[in-house]
Amino acid sequence: MRRVLYALAPAAACYIWFFGYGLLINFIICAFACLVTEAVVLRLRRRTTREALRDNSAILTAALLAFAIPPLTPWWIPATGGMCAIVLGKQLYGGLGRNLFNPAMVGYAILLLSFPVEMTQWVPPRMGDIDYTHLTALAQLVYSMTGELPAELTIDALTRATPLDLLKEGARAGESFSQIRANALFGDFGGRGWEWVGNFLILGGLYLIYAGIIRWHIPVAVLAGLLIPATLLYLLDGARFASPGFHMFSGATLLGAFFIATDPVSAAATVRGRLIYGAAIGVLTYMIRTWGGYPDGIAFAVLLMNGAVPLIDRYTRPRVFGHTNE
Amino acid sequence: MIKFTPRRHLTGGLRLPAHKAESTEAPIRKGPLPARLILSTRQHSGDEARPVVSIGQRVARGETLARASDSNGADVHAPAAGTVIAIEPQAVPLGNAVSTESCIVLETNGTDTGSALPLPSITDQDRIEQLTRAGIVGLGGAVYPTAAKIRLARTNSCELLIINGAECEPYISCDDMLMREAPAAIVAGARILMNIVSASRCIIAIERDKPQAIDAMTSAAEEAAIEGLSIAELPSIYPAGGERQLLDVLATTELQSNRYPGELGYLCQNVGTARAVDKYFNHGEPLLSRIVTVTGNAVVNPGNIEALIGTPIRELIEACGGYREKAVRLIHGGSMMGFSLEHDELPVTKSTNCIIAATAYEVRSDAKEWPCIRCGECSIACPARLLPQDLLLAARAQDNPLLETLSLAECIECGCCDVVCPSHIPLTQTFRQAKPAFRRYREQKSFTDAADARYQSRTSRRSEAQQEAELQREALKQSLSSSKSEEIQAAVQRARARKTASPKNDN
Repeated sequence: MRRVLYALAPAAACYIWFFGYGLLINFIICAFACLVTEAVVLRLRRRTTREALRDNSAILTAALLAFAIPPLTPWWIPATGGMCAIVLGKQLYGGLGRNLFNPAMVGYAILLLSFPVEMTQWVPPRMGDIDYTHLTALAQLVYSMTGELPAELTIDALTRATPLDLLKEGARAGESFSQIRANALFGDFGGRGWEWVGNFLILGGLYLIYAGIIRWHIPVAVLAGLLIPATLLYLLDGARFASPGFHMFSGATLLGAFFIATDPVSAAATVRGRLIYGAAIGVLTYMIRTWGGYPDGIAFAVLLMNGAVPLIDRYTRPRVFGHTNE
Repeated sequence: MIKFTPRRHLTGGLRLPAHKAESTEAPIRKGPLPARLILSTRQHSGDEARPVVSIGQRVARGETLARASDSNGADVHAPAAGTVIAIEPQAVPLGNAVSTESCIVLETNGTDTGSALPLPSITDQDRIEQLTRAGIVGLGGAVYPTAAKIRLARTNSCELLIINGAECEPYISCDDMLMREAPAAIVAGARILMNIVSASRCIIAIERDKPQAIDAMTSAAEEAAIEGLSIAELPSIYPAGGERQLLDVLATTELQSNRYPGELGYLCQNVGTARAVDKYFNHGEPLLSRIVTVTGNAVVNPGNIEALIGTPIRELIEACGGYREKAVRLIHGGSMMGFSLEHDELPVTKSTNCIIAATAYEVRSDAKEWPCIRCGECSIACPARLLPQDLLLAARAQDNPLLETLSLAECIECGCCDVVCPSHIPLTQTFRQAKPAFRRYREQKSFTDAADARYQSRTSRRSEAQQEAELQREALKQSLSSSKSEEIQAAVQRARARKTASPKNDN
C-alpha cells in the first residue's frame, strides 16, 4: 500500500500546483483522523494496534478521501470524513480485508450527503487568464482551522463550479455541450488543470499495473463502461451529450478507475467478476452524470457495485480444473 | 517428426527460480555402500509387501526380500549382498509424509560386486506381472506401481504413452541428469512400455530449461528411430510436470477429477521409471537403486547420486562432502511439495527424488502474516482453477458444505498460492489441515445420503404399494357397488313390474 501512495504522489503534486495546498492540509487532517480512529477502535476491539497501523491502509484511505474533498474546506470536514471512513467503512466489518465497501468512498458519501454546501465549494485552477484571487498556503490553513478569510474576501468569491457542475447546470438550462464548453474553465477535453492531474493519475495507474500491484481488468473495464456509452451518445447527438474525452478527464474518472475501484478488498476477486464489476461502475457513473441528480457518480457507482461484489463473485466462479462435462 | 508442439497452455502455474544449476555441475556419482540398508516393505501405494526372508538369512544382490501382497504392490529386493539382521517398524519417507512401516534391515558385507544378474525369462503375457516382480513403481515420487497403471491403460486400449521428464519443481535435477547421461536407456525403456501397452505414440516431455537433456534425448530418439516417438518442449512453468497438467497440455484432455489417465487410454511414466524398465528387461536388474538429487546451501558439493534403496540419507550427504553448515531444514522432495525430515538417519526409498539441506537463507522467511485483502493473485496462479481466497475463509470457519462448493478436494497442494500471496498466508498448510475433517464430512455425507436415498425409495415403494392397494380396493368397491346397484335396480324393476302388473288395491 506504500507503493500505491507513491503512485498517487505525482498526481498530488500536480493537484497542489493547480489548486493550492488545500489537498495537503486535508490529507494531513484525514490521515491524523484515520490513524487515531483506527487506533481507538482497535483498542476497543482488544486488538494489537501497532502492527495494524503500520500497514498504511489507513493512510491510503486518507489520501483517496483527501482527493475527493474540495481543497478549500474547514478542518472538521476531512476529520469527520476520515473518522466515518474508518469506523463505518472498515472497522465495523472487522478491519482490513473484511470490509464490504471502499472506506474512502463511504467517508466521501457521508460527507456529500451531510454537508452538501461545504463539499461543493471547489476552487478554479491557477491559470493566468482565469479571474480569481489565490490564497496563500497560510491563508488556506487559517481558513481550514478558523473559518476566517482574509479581509474583503468571501467564500463565494473564491469558489467556482467544477466543469461537471457546469455541464449539469447547462444541461438543465437547455444549453448545448459546445456552449457549455466555451467557459474559460474548460480545456482540451475536461476541466483545465484537471486534465493535467488526470495525466499524472494515468501515469500512476500504469505504474501500479507495471509493478503488479493491480491487474488491468478493473481500470480497463471502468473506462470502457464509461467511454463506450459516452462515445455512442456523443456521436448520436453531440449537442446534448458530453464528449468521451470530457468524461475521461473530468471529475474522479481516472482516480476511480485506477485507485478507487481497484481496492482489492471491496472489488470482485475473479477475473470475469472484475470485468463485470468494472464495466458496471463505468456505466453507472455515466448514467448518474448524464441523467442523475449528482454531477459526478464515481463514488456512488463504486459503492453500489461494492454491494454487488458477493453476488458477482458467486456467479463468476471459474470452472474447476477437471470438472468437465464429458 | 521428432518434435511435438504442445497444443495448449498450462492453467495457472508460476515461473519459479529453478535452483538446479548447483546440482547439475557434476555428473551422477555412484552412491556409497553403507554398512546397513533399511528397506521398507511398503515403497509403493498399495499394502505392505510380505517379507520372504527371515532374520539371520544371507541374501544375494537382487534377491527378493518381500513379495507384493496384492496387485497394487511391488516386490522389494536386496540392493546389495548381505545378512538380514532385523525386520522391525521404522520411520521412512514415502509419498508426501514420513510414515512408520515394517522394514527389513540388511547388514551388507561390504562387497557389492555389482555383478550382472541373469536376464529374466519372459513370455509376452507375464511382462506386466514381471514389473511387479522387479519392484518397479513410479519414480517421480508418487510410487504408484507401474504394473497397476499399465493394466488399467491396457484395458482401455492405450494410444499414447507420455514419458515425463518435465521435472518442474525447483531444486530437483535427478531426471535432468538421467536424461543427459542415459538417454538411450530411457528410449529403450519407452520402447518396451509402448510395446507392452501397444501404444502407437509416445511423447517425451521435457521443460525448456533443460537444453542439454533435450539435445541428448533428441539424438537418442533419432538413433532409435521408433515410429510414433516424439519429444515435446514444455515452457518452464511449475507445475507443468503434473500428470493431469501434462495430459491437458499434450493431449488436450482435461481429465475429469474422478478419473485416472489409464481410464481414457493414456499412460504416464517418469523417465526414471522408463530407465528402470530397460534395466530389468535388458540387463536383468530389478529396482535396486535410484538417482537422488542432494542439494541445498548446507551441502558442500551438491549433486546427483545413484543411491542404493535403503541408504541412510546421512551417507548421501557425506558422499556429497558433508554439511557446510547446519541445515535449518532437511527437506525430502522439492521446495514446493516436499516435506521436512526430522533427522538424516531415515533411509532412501523409491520415492526419494531429492534431499535439500536448506540453510536459513533458503527456507522461506517467516514473514509476518497479514489479513487477506482478496487480491485474487492466488486464484490466478492456481493450476486447479480454485479460489484460495474463498477456500481460506471456508477452511478457517470449518464450513464443510462451502468447502465442497469450492471443491477443496481438487487442491493438489502445489503451493503456488503461498508463493504469490502478498500477505504471506500459509494457504496450502491451511487447506491440508482442513482436508481430514472435510473428508470425514464427505464420507458422513455420502453415508447419510445413501441412508436418505434408501429411506426415500422405501417410502416411495411403500406409498406405491399403498396406492396400488387403494386402487385395488377402490376397484373392488366399484365392482361390488356397481354389481350391488345393478341388483338393486333389478329388484326395483321387478317391484315396479309387479306394481304395474297387479291392480291398485291400496285404498
